[in-house]
Amino acid sequence: MVNSPKIEIRNLYKIFGSDPKTALEKVKAGMGKEALLSDTGHVLGLQNISIDINESAITVVMGLSGSGKSTLIRHINRLIEPTDGQVFIDGEDALLLDQDELRNKRRTDMSMVFQKFALLPHRTVLDNSALPLEVRGVSKSERHAEAQVWINRVGLGGFEKHYPYQLSGGMQQRVGLARALTSNSDIMLMDEAFSALDPLIRSDMQKLLLELHVELKKTIVFITHDLDEALRLADHLVILKDGAVVQQGDPQGILLNPSDPYIEAFVSDINRARVLRVRSVMTALDKKFKYAGDVAPSDTLESLIARSEGDTSCKFRVVEEENPIGQIDMQDLVKALVPRVSEVEQRNL
Amino acid sequence: MAFYDGLFNALGLREWCDAAAGSSKMSMASLLAKTNPDAADEGPVFPFPSMDELYQACPSFPQSREFTAGVEEAFLNVKDVLKSVLDPLTQPLSWLLEFALFIFLAAPWWVVVPLILLFVWYVCRSVAVTTFVTISFAFLAFIDHLDAALQTLAIIAVCTGICIILGVPIGIAMAKSNRFQRSLLPLLDLLQTLPTFVYLIPLIFLFSVTEPKLYGIAIIVYAIVPVIRLTDLGIRLVDQDVVEAANTFGMSPRQKLLGVELPLALPNIMAGVNQTIMMSLAMVVIASLVSAPGLGVLVLRGIRNLELGVGLIAGLGIVLLAVILDRVSKAAIARVSTDQTFK
Ligand SMILES: Nc1ncnc2c1ncn2[C@@H]1O[C@H](COP(=O)(O)OP(=O)(O)OP(=O)(O)O)[C@@H](O)[C@H]1O
Ligand SMILES: [Mg+2]
Repeated sequence: MVNSPKIEIRNLYKIFGSDPKTALEKVKAGMGKEALLSDTGHVLGLQNISIDINESAITVVMGLSGSGKSTLIRHINRLIEPTDGQVFIDGEDALLLDQDELRNKRRTDMSMVFQKFALLPHRTVLDNSALPLEVRGVSKSERHAEAQVWINRVGLGGFEKHYPYQLSGGMQQRVGLARALTSNSDIMLMDEAFSALDPLIRSDMQKLLLELHVELKKTIVFITHDLDEALRLADHLVILKDGAVVQQGDPQGILLNPSDPYIEAFVSDINRARVLRVRSVMTALDKKFKYAGDVAPSDTLESLIARSEGDTSCKFRVVEEENPIGQIDMQDLVKALVPRVSEVEQRNL
Repeated sequence: MAFYDGLFNALGLREWCDAAAGSSKMSMASLLAKTNPDAADEGPVFPFPSMDELYQACPSFPQSREFTAGVEEAFLNVKDVLKSVLDPLTQPLSWLLEFALFIFLAAPWWVVVPLILLFVWYVCRSVAVTTFVTISFAFLAFIDHLDAALQTLAIIAVCTGICIILGVPIGIAMAKSNRFQRSLLPLLDLLQTLPTFVYLIPLIFLFSVTEPKLYGIAIIVYAIVPVIRLTDLGIRLVDQDVVEAANTFGMSPRQKLLGVELPLALPNIMAGVNQTIMMSLAMVVIASLVSAPGLGVLVLRGIRNLELGVGLIAGLGIVLLAVILDRVSKAAIARVSTDQTFK
């Protein structure tokens, strides 16, 4: 239960074009995206993707436009069929489902939130939110009652009778969220769900999502092209480039040890003090020192800098639930704040 | 001496040609040539080898009027088979038209007209449009043209109804299957380009002129195309993001069609219905040539007997009907569009 992932993606390939099988051979033989397009006219959507998506965690898939994020997430509910590879959901091969089984799986086990909201324009907020239950054949009074709960939960109480066009973008996406929540599925897929919103609303929605996640423990696959958003939400971060995974793992680890210049470029612009946490920088406990105080492993470096009042000579003890688990040296902290830039780029500077 | 004599001689067919000499029918041209021998030599220097020209050189060769006769015979031969299939199939159309005409005329005006006005109010919810329709009907009734106008309306109502019942499912099927769309589009293009008189002729022979279904079919064939086209287009234009959402939540094809695609395509479908109504009206006038009752008959009388006043008044009535039908259907489209909030 703890060890088996909720969703396993194994060696997934997706090639768009008239004859993907032949193109697949070429890709497996080492042909790149550009070469494939110019030689055969096929688009390499995904290549050799393997990801474990853990239950009750937020897995964030990040990449630039065209890197294949939408294509990847649509393989999980099979809106797109893979060219090669496997997708397991709860240990069950999702590619073996027939049409009816697939439909049932979509009805009960997964929901999705879309970048462009994709609400039904001719239905009220209440009917839009109740859609997943309506599809399952739940009676009107029951589904409206359930939808109402989630409409209130996302903060749209009072807007049930409104139509989507009467709402702002942020409110429409709350409806999208309420719709996904009403389906009461374990898995929630979110394709750039907050990308169309302005920064303040976006931050509100991220907060709402995190609250809901603590409360509901759903397995969330979240897609974004924004690193700040990714770092705020991710338990597990997957970085895609040209349809391939370039690095995946704990977001703090990726931030401290980017494996690729592409990722370095990504991470060089963000406010590291606000994102990095004590846990990622601390070292083993060494009792000889006199500590300036105790901190929690989940504190951000920013809060620590504030506490030390800029004094780089002091050290703090890291304490988790009353047990000392390590220490943090302000000098290490300062070093961690400087992004590692690859040698190539340094020469250019 | 005919121009192509040499040809048949060279082919060695002279004997076969002359076998039929004298037994064949005479064409008007050769008859004229006989009575007026001087004119015979004034043919073109190098005539096109048409059937009649070849016949002159070789009496065994068929004349073009025999070709016409052959086509006619072929049509008459398949006609009986065609009729035995089409007649029962289309009989309900006759009943429907007769029934509608009967109801519209048999019921007293103070029942029919208020019902129509109620219907207008129901579909478009517009005071202005309903008032306009009321005034128009009062005017038509005042100049004693109400019955003819009602007959025309009855025919349009039945034909439009059938166009919708047949056209919307065909349009849906076209939107769902690219192959079906590809194979049907040329037929729809043909129906839209064919001058109406061209297919009136076979219809007249297929059904008797006294049967209402004759003009019913003529109107439907002519007017059904826009409903089909715009249903197809409307469904194809439905926002693909919304369709994807429908799939994501596991909607069955039926749920998707009824809950998403048709409602979102409705403004387009209604635009098709509007065009269908207008085309039915245009055709109902022509159809009065084949016994469709209504204002068209009066227009026809105006033309035939050069009764200028009768023709003009009937024409005015048709213009009024056209404006009414157009306003009402457009107002209905505007209403569903705002209901659907596509602004
Ligand atoms: N149906 C399709 N046919 C052909 N190529 C496609 C198709 N769908 C996607 N692609 C290609 O696959 C690649 C990945 O597309 P995808 O939509 O997954 O990117 P994305 O990472 O979601 O980008 P964005 O951030 O812009 O949404 C692109 O190069 C795109 O051109
Ligand atoms: Mg995308």
